[in-house]
Amino acid sequence: MKKSVLLGALTVAGLAAGAAAAGTIDDVKARGKLNCGVTTGLVGFAAPDSNGEWKGFDVALCRAVAAAVLGDGNAVEFVPTTGKTRFTALASGEVDMLARNTTWTFSRDVDLKFEFVGVNYYDGQGFMVPKALGVSSAKELDGATVCIQTGTTTELNLADFFRANNISYEPVPIETNAEAQQQYLAGACDVYTTDASGLAATRATFEAPGDHVLLPEIISKEPLGPLVRHGDNEWADVVRWTLNALISAEEYGITSANIDEMSAGTNNPEINRILGTEGTLGEMLGLDNQWAMRAIKVGGNFGEVFAQNIGESTPIGLARGLNAQWTEGGLLYSPPFR
Amino acid sequence: MTTLTDPPKEQFRLSMLLYDTRYRSATIQVIAMIGFMLLAAWLISNTAQNLAALGKPIDFGFFSEPASYDINQRLLDYSSRDTHLRAALIGLLNTLVVAVLGCITATVLGVIIGVLRLSNNWIVARLMTIYVEGFRNVPVLLWIVFIMAILIETLPAPSAFRGDNATASMVLGDSVAVTNRGVYVPEPLFSNSLGNIHLFGESSLRFDISLDLMAVLVVLGAGIWVSNFIRKRADRIQEQTGDRPVTWWQRVAVIVLPTGLLLVLLGFHLGYPELKGFNFSGGTHLRNSLIALWLALSLYTAAFIAEIVRAGIMAISKGQTEAASALGLRSNKIMSLVILPQALRVIIPPLISNYLNLTKNSSLAIAVGYMDITGTLGGITMNQTGRELETILLLMLVYLTISLSISAVMNWYNESVKLKER
Repeated sequence: MKKSVLLGALTVAGLAAGAAAAGTIDDVKARGKLNCGVTTGLVGFAAPDSNGEWKGFDVALCRAVAAAVLGDGNAVEFVPTTGKTRFTALASGEVDMLARNTTWTFSRDVDLKFEFVGVNYYDGQGFMVPKALGVSSAKELDGATVCIQTGTTTELNLADFFRANNISYEPVPIETNAEAQQQYLAGACDVYTTDASGLAATRATFEAPGDHVLLPEIISKEPLGPLVRHGDNEWADVVRWTLNALISAEEYGITSANIDEMSAGTNNPEINRILGTEGTLGEMLGLDNQWAMRAIKVGGNFGEVFAQNIGESTPIGLARGLNAQWTEGGLLYSPPFR
Repeated sequence: MTTLTDPPKEQFRLSMLLYDTRYRSATIQVIAMIGFMLLAAWLISNTAQNLAALGKPIDFGFFSEPASYDINQRLLDYSSRDTHLRAALIGLLNTLVVAVLGCITATVLGVIIGVLRLSNNWIVARLMTIYVEGFRNVPVLLWIVFIMAILIETLPAPSAFRGDNATASMVLGDSVAVTNRGVYVPEPLFSNSLGNIHLFGESSLRFDISLDLMAVLVVLGAGIWVSNFIRKRADRIQEQTGDRPVTWWQRVAVIVLPTGLLLVLLGFHLGYPELKGFNFSGGTHLRNSLIALWLALSLYTAAFIAEIVRAGIMAISKGQTEAASALGLRSNKIMSLVILPQALRVIIPPLISNYLNLTKNSSLAIAVGYMDITGTLGGITMNQTGRELETILLLMLVYLTISLSISAVMNWYNESVKLKER
């Protein structure tokens, strides 16, 4: 009899441990801080600045979510993760969400039990080589030594690309972007390959960026997006719609400059619904009605975040390209706020 | 008639389990055992439940899926289409390579440094002290990263060897290229090769055995056996007659001649590395990740072994040295014939644990991108399949097996050198 009581208690404890993983939004509110997994340092996307404050395109999304949920864009604990440690960190609950230029793939979504909530950067894998090498196409790289971040989709694309083109290469696996940079600049590898945006960001930090070229081949589709644990739909909704709010804000012309004016009410009901002067969208999410307004206010709309961190006026100098609004020939297309 | 009354028959009562000293310790042990088993059962059931809640029950099916990634250093043939199991095997071999190389180098270095630390030469002894303290007191991970950084930053890139005004050149008669991608050394080739024996067909565990290598090893082994036979015969003659026949040339000849003849028959020649395209091709490529890891692990562990050797030597009483020198032995003979054989008994048990440490420390390989089993099975495979629990459990099992094997071999060696009591 006693034994069955004990086993019963153990079962309850086990169930409780399982159930605790499912209310991330309550956990975040109770903690008063959002734990956000980012890269160990990729200038423009996520890197600490000279004051030790995290800045970047992915960081801005973490801050927007924190502002939406907690009302404070600085209530974020940034957890640097490598390509290898990121999924374990998310699965184990060490972080609430990952905003870490992570490619949305079938197996990560389905088999690894994560939930990609959208795409914040449409990217593809490219190659960077020193100009002095005189290479103009990735197909001329037969026998080259290639630096590659381990535990990424780029590692698999690389193997596929070289095999499909029947050329050989020597992979040099490395853990972080900083190590790759060191090896590449010292000439320990001829080529550095990762997402084209990451290459541009890395090249921008070189002393002589002009001595290095990005090869024309883009060998893969890399839709990068934020992700959360599978099975916690309320939390996934919060992150998904925060991202959508930033994208819609750009589409409807809501900027950090005019947001206060617009939140007094406009004659566009969609803007009113986003900013919470109409409808109860915030309550449906389990937040208050000003959630999206706070999220947009903290770093501006999607276009502003892009321009500040990685846009053409920054050293990284990425064009909008695929990442323009659908109205301007890009792929950004937020579902309606209704 | 006397009546005998039986002594009151002691009945077993439940409280005796606690109050009777005959049973108490057993009771406590049983309770502790049950507690431990419940804890283990709870951990296992909790894990299984949480994994089930996550929709990820324990499953090793991923082992037969294609790995899809490439590995640079592979001792067996491997391509990205091979399975995760094959990738793990390649990683395991890489772990074993660096562990074996590291243990050998660390032992040689450690013995030399340990002996030199006891040298009467003040400067040599102090230098060795600095070495030991320097390596022992800095984490091995830092040494690995430091050596790798030196290799990458100071050595020339392969492009420096190219062109008319090359800034770097190959060493040792243009046979060895030292670059910041590793060292390229000549490789042995056979033009009349006997071929390979292919084992295990097309499975993930397939491997080839080189018949050339086997033939050379067999002939070499036979030569050494004959040479030993000649030595024993010389010993016998010396015991009987007092004269020792000069046999060194016979002993060298039986080893060198047949092996040399076989090598000529097989068409043995060296394949030299040459600059081709982006890299050197031909020759054997010792990658700088291997060199950095191997050097750092050896230098670090050698510092510990040096201390063990010093302790072992100091454990032998000074009377032994004095007695040996009274017999007229020179000091290096005293060391090799009298002191070291006795010191071995003290040295070997702690030496085993240092070998185990070195092997386990080799899992720091990922710091320099050396693809050992932690890098393949516990790194990329884990990351691509999301099977954390399965891969980590397997990894623990692998290291446990390697460590227990090393312990078994070293314990056997320890048995063979320990004091024989007659």
